[in-house]
Amino acid sequence: MSEEKTPAAAGQTPPKHVPAVLVLGQLAEKMYQDAYEAKERGEKIGWCSSNFPPEIAETLGLHVVYPESQAAAISAKGGSLPLLEYAEGELGFSNDLCAYARINLAYANVAACPNGERDMPLPDFVLGATSICETMMPWYEDLAYFLDIPMVFIDIPFNDGYDVDEKRITYLKGQFEHAVKQLEEITGKTWDEDRFQEVCDVSVASSKAWLEATSYVQYDPSPMNGFDLFNHMAVATTARPKKEALAAFNYLIDECKTFVKINKSTFKPDEKHRILYEGIAVWPYLKATAGPLIMQGVNVTGCVYCPAFSGVYDDMDGLMKAMTDVPNCQNLERATEARKKLCKDGKCEGALVHINRSCKMWSGFMPEMGRRIARDLDIPVVLFDGDQSDPRNFSEAQYQTRLQGLIEVMDNNKKGE
Amino acid sequence: MTETWCMGVDAGSTASKCVVVDANGDIAATGLYGAGAGTVGPQRAVESALSALGIATDDIACMCATGYGRHVLEGSDMQVSELSCHAKGAAKLFPGARTIVDIGGQDAKVLCVGENGALENFVMNDKCAAGTGRFLDVMASIFECTVSDLSAYDAQANEVLPISSTCTVFAESEVISKLAQGLPIPDIVAGIHASVVERTYGLMRRAGIRPLVAMTGGVALNKGLRNRLAERAGHQIVTSPLAQFNGAFGAALYARENLVRA
Repeated sequence: MSEEKTPAAAGQTPPKHVPAVLVLGQLAEKMYQDAYEAKERGEKIGWCSSNFPPEIAETLGLHVVYPESQAAAISAKGGSLPLLEYAEGELGFSNDLCAYARINLAYANVAACPNGERDMPLPDFVLGATSICETMMPWYEDLAYFLDIPMVFIDIPFNDGYDVDEKRITYLKGQFEHAVKQLEEITGKTWDEDRFQEVCDVSVASSKAWLEATSYVQYDPSPMNGFDLFNHMAVATTARPKKEALAAFNYLIDECKTFVKINKSTFKPDEKHRILYEGIAVWPYLKATAGPLIMQGVNVTGCVYCPAFSGVYDDMDGLMKAMTDVPNCQNLERATEARKKLCKDGKCEGALVHINRSCKMWSGFMPEMGRRIARDLDIPVVLFDGDQSDPRNFSEAQYQTRLQGLIEVMDNNKKGE
Repeated sequence: MTETWCMGVDAGSTASKCVVVDANGDIAATGLYGAGAGTVGPQRAVESALSALGIATDDIACMCATGYGRHVLEGSDMQVSELSCHAKGAAKLFPGARTIVDIGGQDAKVLCVGENGALENFVMNDKCAAGTGRFLDVMASIFECTVSDLSAYDAQANEVLPISSTCTVFAESEVISKLAQGLPIPDIVAGIHASVVERTYGLMRRAGIRPLVAMTGGVALNKGLRNRLAERAGHQIVTSPLAQFNGAFGAALYARENLVRA
């Protein structure tokens, strides 16, 4: 797919390289368009949570869109506040509730963004999964209630042990099989094991390609701005069982390989520092959070959240294990080891941790995890308060002070002071 | 020979502080104004310090800005975060200090500094203003006194009444409720101080406490609160009448270093 791979024919101008970020963006957009078209054709379409196994809908040939991705897109375009206020004022939800949930519950009622930031068709069914997000269950129950549509739900358990045990695999397999039966009844589609195997093969290949692509950020110097991964993540979340996703990730890999070869990067300034960024982006303040990093030459070469949306497995048990072996379901010891590895691989000199008010489950053990990372790797770990989508829960000045402090400590460490 | 003056300005959230240092890095003049970043506060603090020395802005060889208003302060030659400035200032004000507790207008921080005074790590409060100087301002206003008067009340306390350390607004309601019950003001003030101490001690524990512990920022001058924090932490806590100027002092020292390096 990459133009760099195709030598220009004699006498012809080489085609201009289309940045991978655009290719991935177009694919994310296509997911919404496909769902709109399916809806117009009279097909039943769904809303799907990011941790619900995407292989199920793909195998059944169902089009689904992802409320979490939509909420992120709306927030990044500055449209979240009216929906949040609608959820609180008109629907009566507490502002302690996850902002994604509030945005989505409002959208289910108003069916339009304030300024068309990122619209999507209303669903005929919803597919939810916990994966430590206990909010997901009442959130999706409310969607089903508001829209009078069926809900299919999978409870993905937290792993209090270091590894995934057999009883969790059994627990998930039963739910997986039940979800398939429910969807067959709801949509009239028939499950095909051969098709399921094909979908799994593509999904695993996509996941591997996505993980390979994200690993390029660790190169020194890095061929990419680590913050770009938050944009690319949408495809990993929503489209990984699709061949187009595999092609797009391979395109991203090609771009990274080429950039490494020619010493180019989507991170424009000279890299002065490399850090781990823990947690999700503060979508309403992307410019205010990423801008100071870029301006001060700080690249995010360790990112936990983005690679989380992948699944590598060999068989059905492996798929169940992959579903519950994601970063948010790992216990503190294992999660800390994973972050420490990312820091080492990415040559991170410090870590910036987003304490996300919307996700207390994810943020809850961050202070202790940060303390362990700082102790074991002898690097500064700085926490800042924010929110993935509620613009009222972030202070730009507080963020800047904490970031500047982190940079000054990293400077001191480099100077050996 | 003409003296080479360097200036540090701490444009904080609720007050502005200015320090001018001489060629030896010793404090030559200070200026304080009770309004922070985005107001006339920083300018007034600068004018006050310049006036005390009888010099003009042109006599300042280098000016370093710190505090929340550091990026918008006119005339500054450099900006350094208040974290590093407090570490720098404290290293000179309190030789041997390894843990700096600074409670400012809208934030509280604990700094870990190396033997040479360089910032090694830090922990700051969360987004809420509970446990900061603003929290004490709100409480003092209930009693129609100044923050410095709270220390005198604390000295008369017979017991410590529990006050929420979670939220300034909730705590304000609690205090009013206790006043309505006729409970003694000194005991309520002791509870307010204990509430700030608990939050600050939590930050100290997270950062790691290494003696010598020094306290800076305007709240450091509140003896009652400082003593309670020392008791809670199990460490002596030193301070200085210049505690409120510590950030600006550190900034002035950075300006001095910048001049020497240039």
